Amino acid sequence: MASHYEAPIRKPLVLGDKGYHDVSVDIAAPVEGRANKQWWIVFSIALAAFLWGIGCIIYTISTGIGTWGLNKTVNWAWDITNFVWWVGIGHAGTLISAVLLLFRQKWRMAVNRSAEAMTIFSVIQAGLFPIIHMGRPWLGYWVLPIPNQFGSLWVNFNSPLLWDVFAISTYLSVSLVFWWTGLLPDFAMIRDRAVKPFQKKIYSLVSFGWTGRAKDWQRFEEVSLVLAGLATPLVLSVHTIVSFDFATSVIPGWHTTIFPPYFVAGAIFSGFAMVQTLLIIMRKVSHLEAYITVQHIELMNIVIMITGSIVGCAYITELFIAWYSGVEYEQYAFLNRATGPYWWAYTLMMTCNVFSPQIMWFKKIRTSILVSFIISIVVNIGMWFERFVIIVTSLHRDYLPSSWTMFSPTFVDIGIFIGTIGFFFVLFLLYARTFPVIAQAEVKSILKSSGERFKKLRDAGKPLYEIKSSAAPQKGKDSGSKSDKSNENK
Amino acid sequence: MYTFSNKLKIGSLILMALGLLGMGIGFVSAPSTVDEAKAMVAAAHDDGHGGGHGEAAAAASHEPAAHADEAHEADHDVHLLHQLQNRPWAAVYIAAFFFFMLSLGTLAFYAVQRASQAGWSPLLFRVMEAITAYLVPGGIIVFVILVLSVLHMNHLFVWMDPETVAHDELLQGKAGYLNPVFFLVRAAIFLGGWIGYREISRRLSLAQDASDDNSNFKKNFKWSAAFLVFYLISESMMSWDWIMSVDPHWFSTLFGWYVFASMFVSGITTIAMVTIYLKSKGYLPDVNNSHIHDLAKFMFGISIFWTYLWFSQFMLIWYADIPEEVTYFVTRIEGFKLPFFTLLVMNFIFPLLVLMNSDYKRVNWFVVMTGIVVLLGHYLDVYMMITPATVGDQWYIGIPEIGGILFFAGAFLFWVFRALTKAPLQPARNPFIEESRQFHY
Repeated sequence: MASHYEAPIRKPLVLGDKGYHDVSVDIAAPVEGRANKQWWIVFSIALAAFLWGIGCIIYTISTGIGTWGLNKTVNWAWDITNFVWWVGIGHAGTLISAVLLLFRQKWRMAVNRSAEAMTIFSVIQAGLFPIIHMGRPWLGYWVLPIPNQFGSLWVNFNSPLLWDVFAISTYLSVSLVFWWTGLLPDFAMIRDRAVKPFQKKIYSLVSFGWTGRAKDWQRFEEVSLVLAGLATPLVLSVHTIVSFDFATSVIPGWHTTIFPPYFVAGAIFSGFAMVQTLLIIMRKVSHLEAYITVQHIELMNIVIMITGSIVGCAYITELFIAWYSGVEYEQYAFLNRATGPYWWAYTLMMTCNVFSPQIMWFKKIRTSILVSFIISIVVNIGMWFERFVIIVTSLHRDYLPSSWTMFSPTFVDIGIFIGTIGFFFVLFLLYARTFPVIAQAEVKSILKSSGERFKKLRDAGKPLYEIKSSAAPQKGKDSGSKSDKSNENK
Repeated sequence: MYTFSNKLKIGSLILMALGLLGMGIGFVSAPSTVDEAKAMVAAAHDDGHGGGHGEAAAAASHEPAAHADEAHEADHDVHLLHQLQNRPWAAVYIAAFFFFMLSLGTLAFYAVQRASQAGWSPLLFRVMEAITAYLVPGGIIVFVILVLSVLHMNHLFVWMDPETVAHDELLQGKAGYLNPVFFLVRAAIFLGGWIGYREISRRLSLAQDASDDNSNFKKNFKWSAAFLVFYLISESMMSWDWIMSVDPHWFSTLFGWYVFASMFVSGITTIAMVTIYLKSKGYLPDVNNSHIHDLAKFMFGISIFWTYLWFSQFMLIWYADIPEEVTYFVTRIEGFKLPFFTLLVMNFIFPLLVLMNSDYKRVNWFVVMTGIVVLLGHYLDVYMMITPATVGDQWYIGIPEIGGILFFAGAFLFWVFRALTKAPLQPARNPFIEESRQFHY
């Protein structure tokens, strides 16, 4: 991979006096330790929301889609909004792990594992919506072009909804394989540290017999690169095809050629915002501040700012071209979006997505953890409203003025949405306690070039293999939590 | 320091002379009256020259679309005259814009490298700065052509003709944006912003070598980030103005980004080719094959990105099949089948197959060969954006077009390699220069 030399002006990516063993200890700590009270509280809330969501799903399936707020004019609303929102969030993982790998961005190593986990969990949420919407989810396999005994029943290859089935299932499978491949050496590390036989058994199973031979590593590197190459077009294709669901139609506000790249930019935008939300909490709870540093948060903020600006540029382009086209319907669709009865949703979308990330131009703000956290939530709200605005404002004024109407969600719409948020957090919280949440093998590979300890040794002209004296008093906020443990494990 | 070899200097001057000759022939042989135009077309059909393309062109019928309502025979003849008169102008404009675009694409790549604090590329900064030096003459030439269009020296932009606008309700609706004064003001702002950033960044880049701290480097970083914001907006607007508005009825929200992809990949290709040339002459000793590999990866990746945008635009318009939009592709597929599909092969299939293998990306002659095809492919891309609306069924790639390419290629080479002589080829005090020197994939 990239050269090991690093310019002196680059800031360290691993803070503190961390050696190789410290990395293992720090990253195994949340898995080996016990969950604290806060974890149980948050987990219970998430689980309750999830169960409530399951209730609403059961109600929908047993009674029918009529339990939702849909009507004859607005026949697609929260269902597809939530679907697109979740798919969008599921973008950052593969972007970080594949695209940033190709760009040799070392900072990705601290965040890629959780981002990929988040990707997989949110794609699962997204996938629920079309299945629920089928009404008879047990016939969900009919969306696959499989030979069948039902006569001429066959999928419609002309429909972008079918392309979605392929795009998302491919994306989910490749992401899962990519994620798990990266996990193998890390699971093996936990396996090797495990003291209880049950844990050892489990982590042996999931690490697929990783031994850490040179051959293992060589194949690991090779497969990572191939998967990154495969996953990069997938990052673009998934949301491109989601955008086709709308853009192939002839509905003003939906049919516009900028949709594919603009949806992708929006997806990366919202995905990074969700990564930011989760990691800001996780670095604190799991004491990972030395690995997920303020610099990482700053870089993610910059990505959020750039993608937010690209999305803003697309909004303005759409508005301008709607006017420029001279097509009355287009012009009305956008005028109605901005000034019609849903003006508040439009304003919210503009403020959250275009204006709020612009404050990241100031270094003081983008390095503030509190502001970053708030903005990440604001962006997620904004991106939900973006999909709502696109979908509902384009539908609620159709070609027949007598059928113009509004959309209001029922408690079932809301319940299912909240249920998916609960489900997402249930999965993520379980993940945070059982998986190595940082790709420690990868972090170790950059420790000598980018770790603060080795940078200091280099600057002082000392050899890098200097052995840390265990007697030296440990400084830094992150040392207290595991200092006792690092002594008992070799 | 680089010295501009006499061979290259004379070569570029010869290219310019030949190009001038070709463009001159184009202008001289363009008809000045309707009768001449009719005679030319008749003659072309007689000597069998029109052959297959005459038939295909018949289907393309009335283009530019703004003239579509002219049904009278006389109007048709005037239209034919305009098309024939446009041809040498279009040939000049396409080539002028294409070589300007190489420079602008390079400028965007350069700004991205600076803003992202990339460690691999600083060794190539002087090459990029030399390529962007052409922004000044190239920009002035494009601007002059736009001014001449506003002065009705040609009919490249039908919306500039008050006569046409008077009969066209849609164009009247757009007059707030598409009017000659605002059009030129915008062009001046775009060019001013791009050239301004280029000059500032170049100055800071040179000043960094002489100074003893990193303040110039940091300033350059800030300017680059600010430029990218300006570029994001101005590039889209430029493509609506200078290119999309030759088809003034047609619109596509993606158009600006599509043009961006084209200019970005062409710019990167130019950087790779100039670098490889300089290396072959013994310059840039620290540039190793990993740098070439990276440039080739960008050529490969952005070629696929270009295809992605091409496909998105084409597929959505084809699928929805709305008459206002689909006419754009109907014209191109019916009247321009060969260049339309050739450019896809040159810009997508060829780089995809040739640059897929990672070893090939480090073989210089492979990269140069692919680069030539990609550049010609993107010339063809620009040609396909301008020609159908301006020259219509009278298109042909002949002496005026080749003359345009030769002239601007000569001017581009002359200016770029002259700029290379102005500063040491390797930045001395860029804080990332050591990273770039040690760069190893």
